[in-house]
Amino acid sequence: MTFDNVWVLAEAPEAKPTSFTYELLTKARQMGSTVEAVTWGADVDAYAADLGRFGATRVRSAGDLGDALPGVPVAAAMAAAIQGGDRPDAILFPQSYDGRDIAGRLSARLDLGVLTNLVDLSDDGTSEHAIFGGSTIVRARFTGDPPYLFLVRPKSFAALEGGGASPEVVALPVPDTGPLNAAVIKQRHVEARSGPKLDEAPVVVAGGRGLGEASNFELIEELARLLRGAPGASRAIVDAGWVPYAYQVGQTGKTVKPTVYIACGISGATQHMVGMKGAKHIIAINKDREAPIFSIADLGVVGDVHRVLPRLIEALKSRS
Amino acid sequence: MNVVVCVKQIPDPANPGRLDPEAKTLVRQGKLILDDSDAYGVEMALQLVDAAGGGEVTLVSMAPHNEVSGLRTALAMGASKALLVSDDQLQGADALTTAKVLAAAIRRTDPDLVLAATESTDGYTGTTPVQVAELLGLPSVTFAKRIECDGSTVRVERQTEAGFDEVECPLPAVVTVTAGVVEPRYPSFKGIMAAKSKSVEQLTVADLGLDGSLRVGQEVTDVAAAQERQAGEIVQDEGNAHDRIIQLLDRLKVI
Ligand SMILES: Cc1cc2nc3c(=O)[nH]c(=O)nc-3n(C[C@H](O)[C@H](O)[C@H](O)COP(=O)(O)OP(=O)(O)OC[C@H]3O[C@@H](n4cnc5c(N)ncnc54)[C@H](O)[C@@H]3O)c2cc1C
Repeated sequence: MTFDNVWVLAEAPEAKPTSFTYELLTKARQMGSTVEAVTWGADVDAYAADLGRFGATRVRSAGDLGDALPGVPVAAAMAAAIQGGDRPDAILFPQSYDGRDIAGRLSARLDLGVLTNLVDLSDDGTSEHAIFGGSTIVRARFTGDPPYLFLVRPKSFAALEGGGASPEVVALPVPDTGPLNAAVIKQRHVEARSGPKLDEAPVVVAGGRGLGEASNFELIEELARLLRGAPGASRAIVDAGWVPYAYQVGQTGKTVKPTVYIACGISGATQHMVGMKGAKHIIAINKDREAPIFSIADLGVVGDVHRVLPRLIEALKSRS
Repeated sequence: MNVVVCVKQIPDPANPGRLDPEAKTLVRQGKLILDDSDAYGVEMALQLVDAAGGGEVTLVSMAPHNEVSGLRTALAMGASKALLVSDDQLQGADALTTAKVLAAAIRRTDPDLVLAATESTDGYTGTTPVQVAELLGLPSVTFAKRIECDGSTVRVERQTEAGFDEVECPLPAVVTVTAGVVEPRYPSFKGIMAAKSKSVEQLTVADLGLDGSLRVGQEVTDVAAAQERQAGEIVQDEGNAHDRIIQLLDRLKVI
């Protein structure tokens, strides 16, 4: 399989492409001769050059979608272009909220299969998927005709600059989709957080149910601040309402690959580990010696977070 | 108000079976159970029907060998009936094939709302619900962390990267729910007894009129154990374990 033309779904909230987008562009550049970005928004011209820096030679813009969710209009626009004869060999989608919607809609619209949860893709088109919390690798490939749709997990590929001139921006017309596109965004809420971004921080300090109660999350925040890292959380405490969803690490949360991940009072469920086992170094504090998190920790401390964390924080403070 | 919930019956994640590298498949053991992530959709559907003052919750599932044990759990929670599609030709079905089967089964009912989980616990595919919506010609809202219905409209708080969006959508529609949207109930003894006599209609691909129209355009080429991280040193905290952590952070030049 050769990939002569690869499209990348480029997400750019607030007119700035995500690092995930750059990861996919980098991969596409390495596998195909021509890379095109598919995107939407009112201000595509403002960031097209950024997409070019990572290898896009053309940017197809579905334009301002107003209050619509992107799933239906972007998929319909891509389908119309493909049916009109612009057939890429492969399309890389980020496994994000809108990325999944768009890939799923496009797949059904064009009767094309989609391979999801990719962690790697080789030159011959064989994809790799991590299942059971990353303990098992499945390899798969498409057998039919392209375009091949791949949904990729974040942090599967490095983001490296390497492009040329500013890409041309062309319109990707959105056809009328009638009632399919009837969902309307009434209001957008942004949950603010300070410090480095969870999926970009070199140090992540994550807390779980072992913290005992919501107010103890302050220990996690303080330790993260001292290490110039980002606080994270297991889903158990997100579901319990202790911290916003944006903190969640794992299969249904963020995937992180920091230099150091410190898991505090987290058992190490497979759905959690799939989001953090790519960390370079893992430190775990848990009072249960049998906790699964210890099986992947470089340093495991069998102990009570209510004792270890305050002492660790004190010791760090006295160093600085 | 009538709600269809797509549910998946999966091997118990605590005992998912073992790999057969020869056959490139997972050898599954034991009974299938209701996917945990689907319990949220079932509970949400029951509460919406309750709030609407009437209607029923219908389960739609695709599983091998007419497997019903997971469906019985959802019926015991309070769902009224189930449609189950089982067919040997569905072995190895991909997400789109699964969506075609579920969509055809859903067409036999006349739902105001179709609920599904954001993704299954075993497959993680996460595209099936929107594929179903596209095939049914319905709008969809994914990643709902809160749902309200007023008969003709569904209002959803949809999880986003930055926070959440308030989204409004006319019915009928497909909505996927995250865990945490509601707290699923445990089936009561009475519920478990009642579930035994509830109807599970068993269907084949031919019954759905899909014979000859399903083709899977992908294949698994290999299944292998991943390279595992090795466990490092485990120390018991005797009051000074924090020193060990600091030594490591120092060595890694994090501090
Ligand atoms: C479809 C699906 C998707 C999911 N996605 C995610 C996801 O993205 N991210 C995620 O994290 N989870 C996810 N989960 C949930 C996951 O299965 C676990 O339930 C969750 O990760 C558990 O969180 P926890 O480790 O904080 O809690 P628990 O499993 O309850 O563990 C608490 C740990 O704290 C320890 N502890 C208790 N007290 C102390 C103390 N004083 N000092 C030290 N240690 C203590 C205990 O020994 C225990 O190991 C998902 C589940 C499903 C079904």
